[in-house]
Amino acid sequence: MSRQSNRATDSKKMNSELFTLTYGALVTQLCKDYENDEEVNKQLDKMGYNIGVRLIEDFLARSTIGRCQDFRETADVIAKVAFKMYLGITPSVTNWSPAGDEFSLILENNPLVDFVELPDNHSTLIYSNLLCGVLRGALEMVQMAVDVKFVQDTLRGDNVTEIRMKFIKRIEENLPAGDE
Amino acid sequence: MADEAPFQLLHSELIHYIYQSEHGADTQDNARNITKLEAMGFRVGQGLMERLTKDTARFKDELDVMKFICKDFWTCVFKKQIDNLRTNHQGIYVLQDNKFRLLGSLSAGKQYLEHAPKFLAFSCGLVRGALCSLGVRSIVTAEAAVMPACKFQVMIQKS
Repeated sequence: MSRQSNRATDSKKMNSELFTLTYGALVTQLCKDYENDEEVNKQLDKMGYNIGVRLIEDFLARSTIGRCQDFRETADVIAKVAFKMYLGITPSVTNWSPAGDEFSLILENNPLVDFVELPDNHSTLIYSNLLCGVLRGALEMVQMAVDVKFVQDTLRGDNVTEIRMKFIKRIEENLPAGDE
Repeated sequence: MADEAPFQLLHSELIHYIYQSEHGADTQDNARNITKLEAMGFRVGQGLMERLTKDTARFKDELDVMKFICKDFWTCVFKKQIDNLRTNHQGIYVLQDNKFRLLGSLSAGKQYLEHAPKFLAFSCGLVRGALCSLGVRSIVTAEAAVMPACKFQVMIQKS
């Protein structure tokens, strides 16, 4: 074919755009279906959770990372391995609480919001709230109950996008009755 | 590098949501759900094509457009080319994919065949949207007889 040469496209980049656009279509649909932003946020979190509990299996299988010794290690794995693997970015880990049970992920450029502008009437929409659900769901599957939320978002005029993660407790494994 | 696992999971979550938000599962609702998924795919396909064809030269004809869909577009979205493209030269094209990505993890055979349409609706929309942004109006349907193989039929609307 005559035109083959200039058809070289960056397939990896395109693939992330596919994800971004699909996510955009989802949020649009949710905004149509629900009256208020709070409901949309909740729904996004729920869907993220469902994704997280499945994504963790893919992650553990492919990254060959074992059990984390402490929350600091968890933070490192999330930022340097998981985010890199699935979204192609490496957020920085900062703002540790003195007790070491809370930290922030600072996202330089959130790929989910590549083509997004929030209209004025959606000021309380947390556009990327899916991510919170994903993190929560995934960590729950490795016996960690964690509270995840966006505290800053560039879409809403903040300087950076910041996800705050707080370790709540270690989930005890429930052995089946009579199984020692 | 964005991975494909998030997309696949997002896609199935999308289907889950659309089907869950409607109550009852009679045929009319099912049709509406399919339409919703298709519409979402349409928008995504449109946007994707705009980005994908940014630097390409103008297409010669309809067949050229279809070839682009089968090769570049499919590779971008589904990581492989269409296995077989057939046409009757009167505006109907059949695109066959022997190992369709979004059905791959669902089944290899006839199990869960009744669920296949939901997993294809979004992709039908993708193709229709992609064609639409290249100025080709069409109707796209898909069928899977034995998963994960499936056929997309594109009917070009002459007007």
